[in-house]
Amino acid sequence: MTYLIRRLEFFAITLWAALTMNFIIPRVMPGSPAEAMLVRFHGRASPQTIRTIEIALGFHTDESLLQQYGEYLWNMAHLNLGTSLTFFPSSVGKAIMVGLPWTVGLVGLSTVIAFVLGTLVGMLSAWRRGGILDGALPTVFIMVSAFPYFWIALVAILIFSFTLNWFPLGFGYDLHQHIELSWDFIGNAIWHGFLPALTIVITSIGGWILTMRNTMITTLAEDYVKMARAKGLSPVRIMFMYAGRNAILPNLTGFAMSLGFVISGAILVEIVFNYPGLGYMLLQAVNNEDFALMQGLFLLITVAVLVAVLLADFLTALLDPRTRAAD
Amino acid sequence: MIATATRPLLEIKDLSVDYLTDRGAVRAVDRVSLEVQRGEFLGVVGESGCGKSTLLYSIARLLTPPAEIASGDIWFDGHDLVSMSDSELRHYRWKQYSVVMQSAMNALNPVMNIGEQLRDAFDAHQRFTGRQITARSEELLRIVGIDPVHLRSYPHQLSGGMRQRAMIAMALAFTPELVIMDEPTSALDVVAQRSLMLKIKQLQREFGFATIFVTHDMSLVSHFSDRLAVMYAGQIVEIGETARLFAEPKHPYTVGLMRSFPSIRGELQPLAGIPGSPPDLARPPAGCRFHPRCPKVMDRCHMEEPEFYAEEGDLIRCFLFDSDA
Repeated sequence: MTYLIRRLEFFAITLWAALTMNFIIPRVMPGSPAEAMLVRFHGRASPQTIRTIEIALGFHTDESLLQQYGEYLWNMAHLNLGTSLTFFPSSVGKAIMVGLPWTVGLVGLSTVIAFVLGTLVGMLSAWRRGGILDGALPTVFIMVSAFPYFWIALVAILIFSFTLNWFPLGFGYDLHQHIELSWDFIGNAIWHGFLPALTIVITSIGGWILTMRNTMITTLAEDYVKMARAKGLSPVRIMFMYAGRNAILPNLTGFAMSLGFVISGAILVEIVFNYPGLGYMLLQAVNNEDFALMQGLFLLITVAVLVAVLLADFLTALLDPRTRAAD
Repeated sequence: MIATATRPLLEIKDLSVDYLTDRGAVRAVDRVSLEVQRGEFLGVVGESGCGKSTLLYSIARLLTPPAEIASGDIWFDGHDLVSMSDSELRHYRWKQYSVVMQSAMNALNPVMNIGEQLRDAFDAHQRFTGRQITARSEELLRIVGIDPVHLRSYPHQLSGGMRQRAMIAMALAFTPELVIMDEPTSALDVVAQRSLMLKIKQLQREFGFATIFVTHDMSLVSHFSDRLAVMYAGQIVEIGETARLFAEPKHPYTVGLMRSFPSIRGELQPLAGIPGSPPDLARPPAGCRFHPRCPKVMDRCHMEEPEFYAEEGDLIRCFLFDSDA
């Protein structure tokens, strides 16, 4: 219990630090979003207009920094992230909510699939060390993960979409469809998401296979595995409960980190597939100098990483009794 | 029926174990033969690297590559363990013979509590209700002198002595005929060592299982074992009743071993080690393996390899006891 409370304390402090950094950085940077907007009006704006724009974007230059900070924290607590320039007059929160499900669905799912599959394959190839599986899969996937994934994405589009016409060329769904929770739409979304997901899975699975295989080989040499064999346990039980469960522990944190970075999206994959996710949105925000949206996205990425690490800590505590007693 | 009563529980004949290395096979256990009777306590002693643990794990059929049984038979209660497949072996493991390992810290799964690890052993062999398993598990912990609340404890929460006891409790789950022990006391201090040995001996009397007890510490087994086998460089060099072997060691190696630790009650005499070091098993010396270090070496020891010679019920692998010579 103390372990979990300490993890929560750590989470709260890092979250506060991240929020504060997020407040300070745009204010010490040269230039302002209002000025960027002015350029769009080709300088034809009165001081009154500039003030209005600044206030609309959440910059109250007449208030003290401390006042602004207080207001900022208040807004953050209410998830009020300001107005997006790119999707004007939509708020940043609304804009993010549009892209979030796509990224979480695509990158999140494929990250989980890559981890689960990679861990299983790594476990099996260590269990049958020197077997056919062990000889082929790790080598192949380690080579594949060395390819840049946008390149794999391009090749996948060329073969499966352009030449074979099995999959669409891009985007998350057919534009004539309404976004709704129907089987028809979900099927369409999966059809669109298949190639980008495949790209992410085959480029990231190699790392999981290799790390799991290596820790599993060390674990298999442990006395408790020998003891489990002496007890006459079934091979499946030995592989999962004795060797696998101990070997997976060091990989959990790495998995949590990659889950956290799901939000920042596989930017390049989303660009190549023209996917309506947050990675693509971040690119648009940068191109349009949309500070509010960028700030909102960065904040979301930070929070996602923090939450993921917190979850990994909880999961580790659940799987490893030794961490529970650590203090 | 008579045949069963007289047949030894475990009969090992000419067992050899090889470690397959890049430079060829290294023979770690060389033509070892021994018998263990029902209820008997057999001690196996020798220096580190003499092959005693390898012998033990080959009996339990727990060798992992690169080690493998090269030749020989292991008869357990009339069944040949060497030729059995892994799935056939599973019926014998733990129910008929169990293993207690050197370091309980490493031999217990760190992420499962003691109760779960006991339940695993039960579930692997027979269908029990949860209540039966709990009752039996609690009973087992009480038998080895641990409070049953520790069924819910994880290995890291127990002391070294308790872990060893928990492992012995686990080994007794089905009250097997044979318990194979690999230096179960070596990680403990002398006080805990002694109390654990007394416990093992008491349990052995109570439940009547036979024990093969491997150790490098001769004085430890001297009070507990019925018979003692002394190993050197992969071979048994002397085997006989513990009391007689201690009173009157015959093989020059055994004599050397006896002189290398102090006797508490005996007269004061300077400790003498055995000069030299054990041979490289990849290239064992020709003739008797002990001859380069032997104080009583003879000409034929360089060339011929000695057989076992019987002397007062003991078997000694040394030409000094060759009555034909």
